[in-house]
Amino acid sequence: MRAVLRYLRRNPSLALGLALLMAITLFVVVGSLVVDPEDARPLSAPTLQPPSQDYPFGTDRQGRDLLAVMVVGTPLTLRIGFIAGLIGVGLGAVLAFVAAYYRGIADTVIRGIADIGLTVPGLLVLILIAVSIKGTLTVNQMAIVVASLAWLYPTRTIRAQVLSLRERGFVEMARLSGMSGPSIIFVELMPNLLPYLGATLVNAVSAAILASIGLEVLGLGPIDTPTLGMTLYWVNFNAAMINGWWWWWLAPTVIILTVFLGLFFLTVGLDEIANPRLRRSA
Amino acid sequence: MQLAYIARRFGVFLLIVWLAASLNFFLPRLSGQDPVRAKLLQQASLGGYVAAGIEDMTREYEHRFGLDKPLWRQYVTYLGDMARLDFNYSIANYPRTVRDMIADALPWTIGLLGTTTLLSFGIGSVLGALLAWPRAPRWMMWLIPPLWALHAIPFFLLGLILTYLFAFQIPLLPIFGGYSAGAAPGFSWHFVGDVLSHALLPALSIVLVATGGWALGMRGMMVTTMGEDYVVFAEAKGLKPPTIFLRYCLRNAILPQVTALALALGQILSGAVLVEVIFGYPGIGTLLLQAIRENDHFVIQGIVFIVIVALGLATLILDIVYPWLDPRISYRRT
Repeated sequence: MRAVLRYLRRNPSLALGLALLMAITLFVVVGSLVVDPEDARPLSAPTLQPPSQDYPFGTDRQGRDLLAVMVVGTPLTLRIGFIAGLIGVGLGAVLAFVAAYYRGIADTVIRGIADIGLTVPGLLVLILIAVSIKGTLTVNQMAIVVASLAWLYPTRTIRAQVLSLRERGFVEMARLSGMSGPSIIFVELMPNLLPYLGATLVNAVSAAILASIGLEVLGLGPIDTPTLGMTLYWVNFNAAMINGWWWWWLAPTVIILTVFLGLFFLTVGLDEIANPRLRRSA
Repeated sequence: MQLAYIARRFGVFLLIVWLAASLNFFLPRLSGQDPVRAKLLQQASLGGYVAAGIEDMTREYEHRFGLDKPLWRQYVTYLGDMARLDFNYSIANYPRTVRDMIADALPWTIGLLGTTTLLSFGIGSVLGALLAWPRAPRWMMWLIPPLWALHAIPFFLLGLILTYLFAFQIPLLPIFGGYSAGAAPGFSWHFVGDVLSHALLPALSIVLVATGGWALGMRGMMVTTMGEDYVVFAEAKGLKPPTIFLRYCLRNAILPQVTALALALGQILSGAVLVEVIFGYPGIGTLLLQAIRENDHFVIQGIVFIVIVALGLATLILDIVYPWLDPRISYRRT
């Protein structure tokens, strides 16, 4: 425990990132003890109340208690991010290891698809996918839609890492001693890349949350679920900004801000673990 | 050999265009029946403001796509339409064509995005280079934490905050639309000023965030470049610090930034779409939001196609310019 604390003092980015994400977790956990999730539905409170004793975050135009909306919606948004990020990094890692370890035609094809896919604006393709699916999306479907492009960037970066790793002596040694391809990947390469994979995962989660909020702000999310992005959609739909209903967008904005900053500093901190050379230059 | 390089890059560009068109064609059809047709009929049954054109449209639609023909014939016809940038009529705004609507919106987006990207790339790169330069003034170090924090925020979230600040706290700048409601579009000084003042906040929310990213990237590259032997050699030769900074360090460190720019264009555009939505800026993003609300499938498809093609073109130009920036990359090898 003390060693962890000492390390965190040396790596303030990691500490800050963890602290911000803990704050969010704490808010959700404590909030769910205090708040009735039913209040996140429309018509459960008087409409458009500014923050008060009864409704600390105020209420929106459809009569949702915004505190309840935040308590219910934050984990939903995070869930979309985590599912999509996990699928993205998992798929990306498999493709990257296959491409970089075996090279040849598989590498050409995988790298080609990832390179071309990355130049295409992801949000627009996701919009096209979301529009093509009939009916409203559930939260899990939303995660899958976002995951459909989330593997591109991890594939590219992990591949580059594996390429440099596979030329090292110990991999050569393993190959000469007759280890099979998959076991070299799992036993020799994977453990060395774990910190890097961790940083990539955090990055992917952040990107997936951003993509899901983007889709939701445009009205392509799970319409009847109170995620953070859907809250912003209603903010924009009802022109809350111009009408001066500041409490409506303040809470989701602060939470989204905290999540992104937390994830960002976590990546910076993990990068430092993964790549100790950064320490000297920083 | 220069020609072969350009030809190959152009081939990749064509591949992207073809993929975009195919995506547009196959994605809606994957879900079983054709939702475009379903939407048309749904609109027809709703009646209202589209009723006038719906008969024509359905006939035109069936004729053009030849729904009785085999899939590959439909596909070939569709590719032909896309090549001529013919995206059919807007479902919600008949008889306007999708091409007209996009042509109206595109200049706004290109103006906003082009200016902000160039500004943030330029400012960010120079700033980042200075941040790594030991002779830079010390107060610049204080810029790093805010740049980091800004860089992690999505464009549109900063847009929301700016809207609030300028709508209520310091009501100086307009926060909605592309120009004032009464203003007559034209080339008068008054109108140009009006447009610029409307563009300022959306532009600011992109530039503030994006500059941080470019500055951080540049700073990292500068640190690496300044450790190179040729920089030490230049110092030993007694060259003036500005020469070393500009010709030896900056010139080399900016190359990966250009590569990153080519890769980031898609992401920047995705972000800018949402900024337009927040500010009601009359570009592609707002058109897209409107099309999504009205279930205007042709407009959505048209926008996706045009944007992918435009970004493919921008990437192609950057690819062709790159060997000129970095003569070490010969046209032959890549």
